[in-house]
Amino acid sequence: MSVSGPPTDPNAHITVRDLTMAYGSFVLMRDLTFTVRRGDVFIIMGGSGCGKSTLLRHLVGLKAPAKGEIWYGAESFTRATPEQRESMLRRFGILYQSGALWSSMTLAENIALPLGEFTDLSPKEIREVASLKLALVGLKGFEDYFPSQISGGMQKRAGLARAMAMDPEVLFFDEPSAGLDPISSHLLDDLILQLRDSLGATVVVVTHELPSLFAIGNNSVFLDPESRTMIASGDPKELLAHSDDPRVRRFLTRGGENGVTRDT
Amino acid sequence: MGVTESTAGPATLSSERQGDGTLTVRLAGPWLLKHGVPPSADLEQQLAAQPPKQVVFDATALGAWDTGVLTFVTRLGAVCADRKIPTDRSGLPTGLQKLVALAEAVPEKSGARREEVDESLLERIGLATLSGRDAAVEMLAFIGQTAVAFGRALTFRARYRRSDLMEYIQDAGAEGLPIVSLISFLVGLILAFVGAVQLQSFGASIYVADLVGIAMVREMGAMMTAIVIAGRTGASYAAALGSQKATQEIDALTTMGISPMEFLVLPRMLALMLMMPLLCLYSDLMGILGGLVVGAGMLDISPVVYFQQTAKAVHLGDALGGVFKASVYGVLIAVAGCLRGMQSGSSSSAVGEATTSAVVTSIVLIISACGIFAVLFYLMGW
Repeated sequence: MSVSGPPTDPNAHITVRDLTMAYGSFVLMRDLTFTVRRGDVFIIMGGSGCGKSTLLRHLVGLKAPAKGEIWYGAESFTRATPEQRESMLRRFGILYQSGALWSSMTLAENIALPLGEFTDLSPKEIREVASLKLALVGLKGFEDYFPSQISGGMQKRAGLARAMAMDPEVLFFDEPSAGLDPISSHLLDDLILQLRDSLGATVVVVTHELPSLFAIGNNSVFLDPESRTMIASGDPKELLAHSDDPRVRRFLTRGGENGVTRDT
Repeated sequence: MGVTESTAGPATLSSERQGDGTLTVRLAGPWLLKHGVPPSADLEQQLAAQPPKQVVFDATALGAWDTGVLTFVTRLGAVCADRKIPTDRSGLPTGLQKLVALAEAVPEKSGARREEVDESLLERIGLATLSGRDAAVEMLAFIGQTAVAFGRALTFRARYRRSDLMEYIQDAGAEGLPIVSLISFLVGLILAFVGAVQLQSFGASIYVADLVGIAMVREMGAMMTAIVIAGRTGASYAAALGSQKATQEIDALTTMGISPMEFLVLPRMLALMLMMPLLCLYSDLMGILGGLVVGAGMLDISPVVYFQQTAKAVHLGDALGGVFKASVYGVLIAVAGCLRGMQSGSSSSAVGEATTSAVVTSIVLIISACGIFAVLFYLMGW
């Protein structure tokens, strides 16, 4: 790949070019090239331990790529100065796998922290915004609870409320349905879609939950741990219908077609 | 042929060679791990010595079974596979057959098994040097980041919550008082006691007050406070930061554009820097009180005389030196605690290691600094 310079497609929100991820000298994935369009629900999928969450960590700047570039619109993320990067980070909302709410603060304080740091709102207005965000995820009235006092599913939703605190342009989700029962997981999927539609945000989801990725995804990248690179990309439903790659088919059909068989 | 069988007694293993070269392996009785399973070494030797054409299993007399029989069958299967002897497992219970098939379904992943690599002495020295260099670089980087955070704090640009700072001050200062008092009082008492026994023989008991006063104010007050606070507060900093790392709370701060150095490390460091000198003064006082108890109780010195003697011996410079050392120790404890916490891995055992390492690092730093101060103060004539 010898393409350089900012991406020209105005619709491209996140452009990843020739990305190599490595831990020291151990290369986890190489040659990742894909584009996330504005308004996409983009799925990063693949088997356990193949580097999905690590790719997400690269996209949000928690890990620096060994090689390659990441662009947000026409701004380079990898070449940004610390100040530029900070302002780019402020347009992201991230829901971590465990929720990662700050345990020493109440739910309202968790949401209020970025608002207090980065806006000129008065404490009263901040409190109002925090309550509103909690109401959006169905946690009205839980403002003064500490994260340890609510259930895992509620922590995830509170984490989502915090991720939305600054009205982000891109929402990242790391395994949103991990540890949730099927109904809560379904409700969270619905919530993700509703938020995407109403906020107009681009959504990037790391998941291996088939029902969820078919329900919400309209674009994806498939990481394969054996060949250490991406082996497919596109709409997951299209991949299921038309992909010729046996590895992709096996994954998307739960190993169904001549995969794991069970004699009873 | 010699066949022993029993259905009710202990588990038995026997084998019988058929005329056509087939070896029948008979399992009988209850094969349960808790009762022990029969040894199979003889059978394996026999297989190696005179390979039969085929191995079949007969489990008609097999009673209850569990993993004990499963390991036997898979082990025998591996021996047979090595020697290319076909096995027929149809004589085994169906459940057992399925389990064996399941265990053999996925071939061993090549390269997955960890092998003990025997490193030469030179190799080990080299690796240790490299990791030592990495650790030193990390520590310097951390100290640099701390300095930057302090710079921002001095110009009021640092992002941290004042309420957090107040909480850390309360935790390190006021809540540390009882344990600091107890330890300092006892140290003063011990110093006085040791001194009294020696000084009494010269008839110079009154100098116990000088001994305790100078020792506490110049050295022991600051050092004992530092060691207590390293175990109490430094350890809790490492554990708190380590678990915040494990739950991705630190990642969440970073990706929000809030520096964890400013938000988490800075207020902790400020709290210890502010509280250590105060705790040290308090500790000095408690140590002198401890000395007074020995002086009054054992040496019959009146408290007033004891205090006058102490006041004559101890100068303001001594006290200031001790307080200065205490604030340096405070910085060292905070650096060690926060550094180990931020370096912690993301598992629960890593948090435990970080805590241990924080206390060890703080104590090493405190004692080394104490030695350096002793030399410096001597050279400066303080």
